[in-house]
Amino acid sequence: MAARQQQQQGASTQGKTYQFKLVLLGESAVGKSSLVMRFVKDHFDEYRESTIGAAFLAQTISLDDNTTVKFEIWDTAGQERYKSLAPMYYRNANCAVVVYDITQSASLEKAKAWVNELQRQADPNIVIALAGNKSDLDSRRAVETETAQAYADEAGLLFFETSAKTAHNVTQLFTSIAKRMPLDQLADQSRNKNKGLNPRGVDLSRPTNPNNCAC
Amino acid sequence: MDEEYDCIVLGTGLTECILSGLLSVEGKKVLHIDRNDYYGAECASLNLDQLWNKFRPGQTPPESIGRNRDYNVDLVPKFMMANGEIIRFLTHTDVTRYLEFKQIAGSYVFASGKIYKVPSTEVEAVTSSLFGLFEKRRAKKFFEFIQSYREDDPSTHQGLNLDKNTMIDVYTKFGLAPASQEFLGHAMALHLDDGYINQPARETIEKIRLYAASMARYGKSPYLYPLYGLGEMPQGFARYPISLSAIYGGTYMLDKKVDEIVYDSEGKVSGVRSGDEVAKTKLVICDPSYASNKVRTVGSVVRAICILDHPIPNTSDADSVQVVIPQGQIGRKHDVYVACVSSAHNVCAKDKYLAIVSTIVEGNGNPEQELEAGFKLLGPIREKFVSVSPLEEPLADGKDDQVFISRSYDATSHFETVCDDVHDLYKRITGQPLVLKQRSTQEQEQAEMAA
Ligand SMILES: Nc1nc2c(ncn2[C@@H]2O[C@H](COP(=O)(O)OP(=O)(O)O)[C@@H](O)[C@H]2O)c(=O)[nH]1
Ligand SMILES: [Mg+2]
Repeated sequence: MAARQQQQQGASTQGKTYQFKLVLLGESAVGKSSLVMRFVKDHFDEYRESTIGAAFLAQTISLDDNTTVKFEIWDTAGQERYKSLAPMYYRNANCAVVVYDITQSASLEKAKAWVNELQRQADPNIVIALAGNKSDLDSRRAVETETAQAYADEAGLLFFETSAKTAHNVTQLFTSIAKRMPLDQLADQSRNKNKGLNPRGVDLSRPTNPNNCAC
Repeated sequence: MDEEYDCIVLGTGLTECILSGLLSVEGKKVLHIDRNDYYGAECASLNLDQLWNKFRPGQTPPESIGRNRDYNVDLVPKFMMANGEIIRFLTHTDVTRYLEFKQIAGSYVFASGKIYKVPSTEVEAVTSSLFGLFEKRRAKKFFEFIQSYREDDPSTHQGLNLDKNTMIDVYTKFGLAPASQEFLGHAMALHLDDGYINQPARETIEKIRLYAASMARYGKSPYLYPLYGLGEMPQGFARYPISLSAIYGGTYMLDKKVDEIVYDSEGKVSGVRSGDEVAKTKLVICDPSYASNKVRTVGSVVRAICILDHPIPNTSDADSVQVVIPQGQIGRKHDVYVACVSSAHNVCAKDKYLAIVSTIVEGNGNPEQELEAGFKLLGPIREKFVSVSPLEEPLADGKDDQVFISRSYDATSHFETVCDDVHDLYKRITGQPLVLKQRSTQEQEQAEMAA
């Protein structure tokens, strides 16, 4: 899998940091960007413009004294709206959070379609979590927990009902993804030569070639 | 879609995506539409299903060539000059964050029935068997001139005035034989024909310097290539305004038909119609296929996409190469190019190679035959997809109707002319020259924090 393992630079610990690319998928307005904001900045904005999102955010989770998982999080920034999500987006994703809105049953169908798409296009080892968001709106619930749980079990997905608004289950969602990542396999870096420690083939900003003097 | 936009862009080719990204970052509300369900238009990279769909509709790819998703087959053969303008576009817009690049492993030229590695420094010139045949010392002198030339230091000019003297004057001064001239003009300056010989030398000298500087940057060849194919570049440019937290990230709609560009009574653009919907705008940027009544055809390129089971023979099993077959070697007026990439670039299944053979169409006969010299270098060809594409350019500069049309991807082997077109379009559209500013890392991080 295309993960990067880094020796942590900090003086205090000897631990390892594993970096993964995490993508969010799901219908527009289900709360993908809000979940990211809650997880990364512990912040919720009721009136946020639903299309705007940050392309990259990073957040780390400490699993134990020796192990830290760093998620490089990609948000769709609205590209899901008009079938224009670029293949680049889920390319090399190590994990995905597929989100639906518990008050919109159609959004679960959309989520299933995304899961299928990931299973077809993405890394076969990708870890996928299904998130039934807006659990704070229980009075308007349209998708029963059991229905979604049954689907998640059948498809082999992690499953949580979450609320970006109240923070319910948000940390749990990301932590359980971190725990599910195959960290021990990654220790064998030789298998990931291309994409491992030095993910960039050529560094465009650092032009040097010792064997050849530039003219 | 029934809204008003500052700009509507039609087609998600590289030129269009760069411009749309630049305008979004400047705060413009941009709607970007493509009739295809994939990014990249003429410079897309297709998976097997898409490739068959385009060239052999109704048929399915044979299972033996590998999985659909392992393929990202470029439609145009272009590489990036490592020291070229395209690299500035990528680094200064931060698009490099989404892409990984690899070197193209070798650059070759065809001479007297064989292929040779292209030497690009005086050291290589004296060791190359290509020059071994001819005139090592004179070639070495020429390379020394190229490398020491400084515009502001007349003592390095060796009495030449690059704006007055033609390239043939320069060749004569260094006593370079026709074979060396061919090599310098075609394999290094990458001219497609011999028209340059009687032009002022500056352009050619600059092209040779670009080649040599690109070569010196990473070593194996002057070229870089993005993993997963050229189609990654338009996708990257489509995404980068978001990472810079542009107010409008740019709205992209794929798989959306475009019925017409709508004009007002004075002939200025007023919108774009798709079915019953009309999106309003006073500015349209598009590729030639969306404005076919406003472009002319100036020639055509024939390209053959070939899937191989082996590397190109006589290239030391290189995982990627360019081979230039100069026109003079094969009795043509235009060079034939071979560009090859492989699974090392995540563009095809393991142990497969993708080669594109291309040239400018000269005759009225069978254009595929004009590629014969290139096919001969490839060995057995597993699958071949031949297409002829018109080279189109806008009839007008776009200032009157505010419809700005890009040029087709030409037959050159790199993106320098694409960058020229972007600069030119930007100036026509905004009235200002395009200045690419290097963004500081700190600035980027702040932008992200504010997101
Ligand atoms: N009540 C409630 N509203 C939410 C929750 N998460 C997101 N929203 C709202 O749903 C709308 C869409 O959220 P957004 O994160 O932009 O969705 P996205 O399009 O999937 O990224 C916004 O108005 C949010 O404030 C939640 O957990 N509970
Ligand atoms: Mg969003």
